[in-house]
Amino acid sequence: MVRKLSTRRRHPLAGFVVLLFALVVAGGLYSAFRPAVADESGKSDAQLIAEGRQLYEVGCASCHGLNAEGIITERGKNIGPPLIGVGAAAVDFQVSTGRMPMARPDTQAPDKPRTYDEGEVDKLAAYIASLGPGPAIPDPEYYDVSEATDEQIARGGEFFRTNCTACHNFAGVGGALPEGRYAPSLHGVEPIHIYEAMLTGPQQMPVFSDEVLTPLQKRDVIAYIKTLEDQTAYGGLELGSRGPVGEGLWGWTFGIGALVLAAVWIANNGVRAERKKP
Amino acid sequence: MSSSTAARSKAGAASRSTAGVVTWLDERLGIGALTKKQLRKVFPDHWSFMLGEIALWSFVILLLTGTFLSFWFKPSMAEVEYMGSYANLRGLHMSEAYASTLDLSFDVRGGLLMRQMHHWSANLFLASMTIHMLRVFFTGAFRKPRELNWMIGLALLMLGIIEGFAGYSLPDDLLSGTGLRIAQGLMLSIPVVGSYISFFVFGGEFPGDDFIPRLYTVHVLLVPGILLALITAHMLLLVYHKHTQFPGPGRTNNNVVGFPLMPVYMAKAGGFFFIVFGVTALMGGLLQINPIWMYGPYNPAEVTAGSQPDWYMGWLEGGLRIMPNWETNLWGYTLSWNVLIPGVLLLGVLFALLAFYPFIERWITGDDREHHLLERPRNAPTRTAFGVAGMTAYALLWIAGGNDILAYEFGLSLNAITYFMRVAIFVVPVLAFIITRRWCLSLQRHDREVVLHGYETGVIVRSPDGSYAEIHRPINPVRAYELTMHEQHTPVEAPAASDANGVPAPAQGKERLRSRLSHFWYADDVSKPTKEELEAAAHHATNGSHALEDGHGPASGNGAHLGIETSGIVGGQDFGLEQKPKAP
Ligand code: HEC
Ligand code: HEC
Ligand code: HEM
Repeated sequence: MVRKLSTRRRHPLAGFVVLLFALVVAGGLYSAFRPAVADESGKSDAQLIAEGRQLYEVGCASCHGLNAEGIITERGKNIGPPLIGVGAAAVDFQVSTGRMPMARPDTQAPDKPRTYDEGEVDKLAAYIASLGPGPAIPDPEYYDVSEATDEQIARGGEFFRTNCTACHNFAGVGGALPEGRYAPSLHGVEPIHIYEAMLTGPQQMPVFSDEVLTPLQKRDVIAYIKTLEDQTAYGGLELGSRGPVGEGLWGWTFGIGALVLAAVWIANNGVRAERKKP
Repeated sequence: MSSSTAARSKAGAASRSTAGVVTWLDERLGIGALTKKQLRKVFPDHWSFMLGEIALWSFVILLLTGTFLSFWFKPSMAEVEYMGSYANLRGLHMSEAYASTLDLSFDVRGGLLMRQMHHWSANLFLASMTIHMLRVFFTGAFRKPRELNWMIGLALLMLGIIEGFAGYSLPDDLLSGTGLRIAQGLMLSIPVVGSYISFFVFGGEFPGDDFIPRLYTVHVLLVPGILLALITAHMLLLVYHKHTQFPGPGRTNNNVVGFPLMPVYMAKAGGFFFIVFGVTALMGGLLQINPIWMYGPYNPAEVTAGSQPDWYMGWLEGGLRIMPNWETNLWGYTLSWNVLIPGVLLLGVLFALLAFYPFIERWITGDDREHHLLERPRNAPTRTAFGVAGMTAYALLWIAGGNDILAYEFGLSLNAITYFMRVAIFVVPVLAFIITRRWCLSLQRHDREVVLHGYETGVIVRSPDGSYAEIHRPINPVRAYELTMHEQHTPVEAPAASDANGVPAPAQGKERLRSRLSHFWYADDVSKPTKEELEAAAHHATNGSHALEDGHGPASGNGAHLGIETSGIVGGQDFGLEQKPKAP
């Protein structure tokens, strides 16, 4: 089977399509704790896994090793970590956000337009999931926040501030981490990917297992993050939501700048000694 | 100011016009109170003399808006359940202080505007005090007899910082709490007494229930009261000493040329109040500041990226961020150098240096005279260079304080910035010193050139024998006067090591040091044109054949006369000054 490449940028409606699609798929992977083995379009698990393996060998094995055992260079550097036991959720998160396949070795894989379509991601996920037990792709009920109540959002805010703001900033606009790494902005991230990020802890991000944040609490967090995106900017321009540093910058440039200009204008106008002829 | 007196000023604001409030405050701030005789006082006009005024008006705005806030703010740590209109926090348990600040923001009409104006004017208050101080420093306005007023100004700045920090900590949001935690860390790092100080200030464990109410009293009563008293003293001394001025024709060390307080200066100053108010209101209305509802209530278990203090504490934060993690264990006590050095010592050193600077400079230069004329920064190269080096160090610490945001916005490595800063903080200020000093000296040289040879007109003439020359024209006499009015400094000489009988002079080590410093201070100054040089230059300018040889164009007869007039003025004034004997 030839690998289909779908490098198109995501359509704005893609979110809904994903949701619909996920709803369809969800029927096949209802159990949240069983390694996800999707029964897609009538194919058997074994068929999905086999096709997933083929995709894997073409696109991922160069870094993660032929059997997903990971590749470590002689100097101990990680070309690609082992993928055995990372679970379908990790694959879905990494590949659907475009992080994988990584374009080139770097400190961190940035998100970019995805290169695999939904069906291919499911095959890859099925293959990786078959290698060892790991978190499955979550059910929509855990990340569908269209009906979240104010109470749930407020609770989600508490969890968000306790668990996420240290890296992602109070407004979710992202922040720097040591060694040139960073926690990206959470604005515009699909709810399912937020869930999977918490579940799998990509890179420096800790894993928020279901003991730390229950699935329902995770949903509340997602609901809060979503309100951050389209909340009214009370009080005016948000100046980047970077806290007092941005405010100081504006105070010194706009505020003091305007006032000093005014001072120059006042001092140079009106009656003035120098205007008299010496 | 207690909240009841604060309330009265607010009531005044409502019943009278805003100008009435200004006058009301003016009277109490000391300008208006000086009554009729003082109204003929003269103030010189220069834009840089109005920087302090920005601070004054910002303070007035702080009083007005702060009073408004105090009507609704509840300085209490009692736990309440938030039921206000900001949905994202509704139902959460929080301190009354935080809840009442949310109410101020979302449920009090105009409350958010007032909060934002209060916070912006706090930022502008401190920023304008800072640039006002820099103006005073770089023009030498702190010299005798104004050293005391310099120190009062410094106390105002320090209290302003404390006041701002106290205000920032009042709403009990996540950033306030994080800031207080750092402040407590600074207290704890003080050897031996640290933990007692912390215990005393917080009334027990951090954060405790006593602290916010205490801080509130400090913020609305104690510090504003002292500020008000010090501002009055500052203004009274200003009137007593009279304002300094830049040298110019008719402006000497013994007079003040400017406008009478009433009506011209008052009109200008009063107008400026409305401009400051307008800019602050615009910022308060359009630019979000301290969105505490985003930070959430303080919870010791939480932190957020972007936890920084307001800008005036940013440099201390920077010191903490780049300091290596050094600690020493001594007899069971831990000395946390990593906090003690950047936090406590840096703060102490900066303010001590600033406070004693006038006396240090006076000792080095041996200059004990009164100064009412300002110096242009270039004419005091060493002072200017120290100032710029200090500003550079401050700016570097500032940048280090925002290192995470810098790293994120520009895709840099946090660690790389830290390592760079650890070196830069020692190297870059020295470079800044050297460059500034040289720059000043070459500006001095340029001034001398311009006075002696005129300015370059950009007009190229070709002489009959085919050579080209640019025409230089003498500058106008007023300008020439301004450029030659400054003092020519002479370094202090060390006393002879021994007297005529070979008896060693006492305390000569100190004198030698002083002489050496004084030479460093002044020795490179470019000597300004003497009367003879000026006359020669003027003569030279009229003499066409010479002019072409060395590239100075033939000046018209008219211009040459201007030159001679110039020399007359310069010689008369300036040399009179220089002949004044230096105090021993
Ligand atoms: C250029 C090398 C490279 C390629 C190609 C690549 N990866 Fe990765 N992958 C990495 C590196 C390096 C990491 C670890 C750093 C990171 O997560 O950003 C990683 C991490 C991952 C993780 C997260 C592992 C965990 O512990 O959560 C998954 C899942 C993954 N890759 C899947 C894939 C899949 C599927 C493909 C093929 C479509 C692929 N990768 C292609 C280099 C690569
Ligand atoms: C220790 C720091 C840290 C904490 C705490 C943290 N994250 Fe992350 N997060 C990261 C990093 C680093 C990445 C980027 C991973 C990558 O690029 O592979 C990330 C990525 C993400 C992404 C993917 C964003 C995208 O652009 O696709 C989401 C969603 C996310 N985090 C959500 C959360 C939530 C929700 C929490 C709190 C429950 C949280 N994070 C807590 C560090 C953190
Ligand atoms: C030198 C003067 C002052 C400075 C630098 C200053 C600074 C600040 C700052 C930075 C805050 C945090 C505000 C916020 O963002 O919410 C604050 C809060 C506050 N200030 Fe001031 N202030 C000054 C004078 C006053 C005065 C004179 C009063 C009252 C008479 C006052 C009353 C208050 C109150 C009640 C709050 C808490 C309410 C709130 O945070 O919304 N302030 N102050």
